[in-house]
Amino acid sequence: MLHIYCPHCCEYREEEEFHVKGQAHLARPLDPEACSDKEWGEYLYFRKNPRGLHHELWVHAAGCRKFFNVTRDTVSYEIKEVYLIGEKPSVVAASVSAK
Amino acid sequence: MQHYSGFGLIKHSLSHHENWQRAWRNPTPKKKYDVIVIGGGGHGLATAYYLAKEFGVTNVAVIEKGYLGGGNTARNTTIVRSNYLWDEAAHLYEHAMKLWEGLSQDLNYNVMFSQRGVLNLGHTLQDMRDIQRRVNANRLNGIDGEVLDAKQVQELVPHMDCSANTRYPVLGASWQPRAGVARHDAVAWGYARGADAHGVDLIQQTAVTDLIIEDGACVGVKTDRYGEIRADRVGSVVAGNSSVIAAMGGFELPLESHPLQALVSEPIKPILDTVVMSNHVHGYVSQSDKGDLVIGAGIDGYNGYGQRGSFPTIEHTLQAIVELFPIFSRVRMNRQWGGVVDTCPDACPILSETPVKNLFFNCGWGTGGFKATPGSGHVFAASLAKGEMHPLAKPFSMFRFHNGALVDEHGAAGVAH
Repeated sequence: MLHIYCPHCCEYREEEEFHVKGQAHLARPLDPEACSDKEWGEYLYFRKNPRGLHHELWVHAAGCRKFFNVTRDTVSYEIKEVYLIGEKPSVVAASVSAK
Repeated sequence: MQHYSGFGLIKHSLSHHENWQRAWRNPTPKKKYDVIVIGGGGHGLATAYYLAKEFGVTNVAVIEKGYLGGGNTARNTTIVRSNYLWDEAAHLYEHAMKLWEGLSQDLNYNVMFSQRGVLNLGHTLQDMRDIQRRVNANRLNGIDGEVLDAKQVQELVPHMDCSANTRYPVLGASWQPRAGVARHDAVAWGYARGADAHGVDLIQQTAVTDLIIEDGACVGVKTDRYGEIRADRVGSVVAGNSSVIAAMGGFELPLESHPLQALVSEPIKPILDTVVMSNHVHGYVSQSDKGDLVIGAGIDGYNGYGQRGSFPTIEHTLQAIVELFPIFSRVRMNRQWGGVVDTCPDACPILSETPVKNLFFNCGWGTGGFKATPGSGHVFAASLAKGEMHPLAKPFSMFRFHNGALVDEHGAAGVAH
């Protein structure tokens, strides 16, 4: 059971109140019509899926229903940092690849 | 290879079973192979076996980080079925089903394949419409299937609560009689023994640390124990860790790795002689020959490589099982575990060429890879032998996520996700 700090409610709540919504910081292409099939497909479907530090988007679904970002280790499941949408993570993996 | 038979069992009993040959060798790898298969799970070993036996490529190494069949092959709930909705998926899983039906004889290894049938329950009118559509599609593809009403389901599974008094009453089910379960470890061991007998080197306790890429083509792997091992073609069959190998090749896959949990109860007397799956209340259960109830359900929502998940997920699973089988409410659970499943956005696998030449991927089987083990191995072996994807594998290219030709099995195939 993960205990997650909601930066909007400013408290720790149990995992069941939250939903994970996948990789954080995915920027929708500004002009989708100008994208090639490859660019659009990669935006829609291709993900980093790292073994180690991962930045992901969560929503406090059964709480304030607001979104925020979490940096979490995908092996130990330890939450390293919680930060607001629009902010940059301060904890980042040494390598950007999925190693 | 020592042939296994009833007579052999009697013969070896005279020497207290102390003189059985080892099932496979533990060789030191050569410097160069025709094909390297990364990952010694069920799919990887099946790939190696069919490469050597059917396609005449015997200079093959399987490189496994841990021990053979120690990942998802050891962690699944052993259900085998082929009742998929779309033609592409149905053909692939039915190809596997046909191989399952002769597998114990083919391997001379009892994989305990038991065609006890699988029920996919429907609890809503829409469930029943989807079931009818899927069963019709299955029959058009030559796959057995029947639509049952609640009364027929009750006759098949007398201990299940099919009354109208439950929160989500059972309205009916799809029934695939040829489906069933198999002994998961035996599948890995049988393929390992068969592959070894045909000359395949099974290299255990050796992790691939990098791919050797020259001029945009993969020419081998780097390992932690034996340094560089070269090969003409490399096939990655590493399930949950596929994105990690892909990153070594410098590309991403449309995969996310999730924990998938399962659990078994204490052994009880025979009570359930088929497999019951429900998408709607979300759980599935069968009973092993040993007597334990084998129970599973959906993935944990977050990405995870930890081979464990959160407690609420198995709590929901057991709520669903007790809803269906109130009689199980006081059965104690014995063991619980998790595997790392690589899920694809369209819930179909990836059998594919990649942006790197001579590097092939077999992954993305998500929560339902075990049933496909023989078929997956067979078509992937054919693809590795030729350097070109087998016709059954072609629709499952990773590039379908670029051109949009997805095979959208999500939910539609009675897939418990």
